[in-house]
Amino acid sequence: MPMVDALIEIFKLIFSVSFILTVITASTPLLLAASGELMVERAGVLNLGIEGMMIMGAACGFAGAYMSGSTLIGALCGILAGAALSAVFAILTLGLAVNQVAAGLALTILGVGLSGLIGAGFVGEQIVPVPHLQLPVLTDLPFIGRIVFGEDPFVYVSIALIIAIWLFLYRTRTGLVLRAIGDNHASAHALGYPVLRIRLLAVLFGGACAGLAGAYLPLAYTPFFIPGMTSGRGWIALALVVFASWRPARLVIGAYLFGAVSILGLALQPLQLGIPQQVMNMLPYLATVIVLVLISRTRGTAGSAAPASLGLVFVPDR
Amino acid sequence: MKKWNVVAVAALLALAAATFGGAYAADKLKVGFVYVGPIGDLGYTYQHELGRQALQKALNDKVETTFLENVPEGADAERAIEQLARAGNKLIFTTSFGFMDATLKVANKYPNVFFEHATGFKRAKNLATYAARFYEGRYIQGQIAGKMTKSGVIGYIVSFPIPEVISGINATMLGAQSVNPNVKFKIIWVNSWFDPGKEADAAKALIDQGADILTQHTDSPAAMQIAEQRGIRAFGQSSDMIKFGPHAQLTADTDYWGNYYIGRAKLVLEGKWKSDDTWDGLDKGMVVMAPYTNMPDDVKEMAMKTEAAIKSGSLHPFKCPITDQDGKTVECKGGSRLDNGQILSMNWYVKGIDDKVPGK
Repeated sequence: MPMVDALIEIFKLIFSVSFILTVITASTPLLLAASGELMVERAGVLNLGIEGMMIMGAACGFAGAYMSGSTLIGALCGILAGAALSAVFAILTLGLAVNQVAAGLALTILGVGLSGLIGAGFVGEQIVPVPHLQLPVLTDLPFIGRIVFGEDPFVYVSIALIIAIWLFLYRTRTGLVLRAIGDNHASAHALGYPVLRIRLLAVLFGGACAGLAGAYLPLAYTPFFIPGMTSGRGWIALALVVFASWRPARLVIGAYLFGAVSILGLALQPLQLGIPQQVMNMLPYLATVIVLVLISRTRGTAGSAAPASLGLVFVPDR
Repeated sequence: MKKWNVVAVAALLALAAATFGGAYAADKLKVGFVYVGPIGDLGYTYQHELGRQALQKALNDKVETTFLENVPEGADAERAIEQLARAGNKLIFTTSFGFMDATLKVANKYPNVFFEHATGFKRAKNLATYAARFYEGRYIQGQIAGKMTKSGVIGYIVSFPIPEVISGINATMLGAQSVNPNVKFKIIWVNSWFDPGKEADAAKALIDQGADILTQHTDSPAAMQIAEQRGIRAFGQSSDMIKFGPHAQLTADTDYWGNYYIGRAKLVLEGKWKSDDTWDGLDKGMVVMAPYTNMPDDVKEMAMKTEAAIKSGSLHPFKCPITDQDGKTVECKGGSRLDNGQILSMNWYVKGIDDKVPGK
């Protein structure tokens, strides 16, 4: 019966409060960064610089929180830093019509270097992590109390944000215009919609989200700053947008699935189930690939879900 | 970004020196360092950087040091090392295991430059190797953990299954077993030297599964912070992490490279450098234990006694007989203990470790 025992162990692990809490912490920065990028890409812009904006958000977020003693100010600094870096990207790609892939990659390199410089003076310092919600009675409820009513504020913000993005994209006129621009910027322009202005706002919004996601790492996840502490999470966020086929609901599923499977890959190791640890560490990527294949199969003949103008340079009236 | 700046500056300096007669450059010995991580990692690379600073300070009028940080292991490393050689550095330290083949290649190309590679095993006429006996500190940590644990479960966060890491796990277990035969290890491989978030996740998972002492062979202080938050004890890695766990850190096995770097630079200046294989530990001060804190006096006394015994040579962490995981007695090539080669190529677990060496 070792197989059954193993399954019971896995089951107990997955449905333990501490496992779920760890998964939520690991998934939140991915969801925040990917939410912003989803908006950017729906407007037809491909910004590969998430990793750079995130690490800038981490450095400036930590600096702000350390100097002011306030997590809120830290988070705002992170948001501003991400948005400021994305403004550079906007000037290059929207203003000067530079290739978006090249500009995005350059943005990551710039962000990594600049954040190291800004953060250098703060390495070795630590701050008090952001407090978790504590409601009378509700937070003390068994099982769901801690999970639903005992998270840190960033978690609630990330959920509120993706709901707001969904409402904006599918329930407002401006959201419709943004999607139209992403699908065919020439037609949208001909109809008189301000393509570049909307794209600029989308890019800034994406930068702000990436900055907030980066700030989450030193403000809540591991309350210290170290250069390069984003460790590739920006790239995962980028992949999640594709995984979600540019849809907000699927993005939530993707971010939490990725978070859950990667924590599972760590937590299962000490149980000695005889699965090689390399396979465990591969699991989140493997799961992503499998789900992607399934999604693209069930989509049938509808064609690619990507916004049709994604990554294309637009110069009005040329 | 920063590294290329350094390269560019170094190259410009070399060019300037060549153009204007080279009087300045000829006076000072140029020493280059290649780091795998950021100097602000508070761990492994930071300790090498402290060593470089000690060298610069000690021989300030005789040497000129530069470093390249965040150099990825692989093809990029070869380019970075070669840049340093071309920029006129006569002594180059490459500080990560993964730089081994790249260093050897560049060393063959530049026979008049002296190279030193940390933690590797390939040498040449102008390529020396050096490493610290990290496992000595880990044996002491194992003893402390064995005494301090109440649950009998010690959590171990590890990066990659290279011999240095495996011998660390074994030394910790042997130390723990010497005072507590029933101790159990729970091991999580995070497949990264440096991912604070993942290290924190692994720490949480280990504590949830009953570990009340954490030890790590990854480079960030994330696990120490989690231990502090959850009210358990932990060991620092590479650097003293007491600031991140004032109530959690028991000790840390830190590396101190300053004396070695100063000694090697002096040999070059005196024209006496030759390719050696240096492997020093507590006795030569290459491994230094951080202060023993957050433990009762008797445990502290035991730790200090063990440290003294290892220093004097009366105790060796890998003293025989040693039984491996499958119950077989390990051959003792070093007489009463395992020899250096056996420790440097260790890819098996000692008895009592409930894990499989990855890839075996």
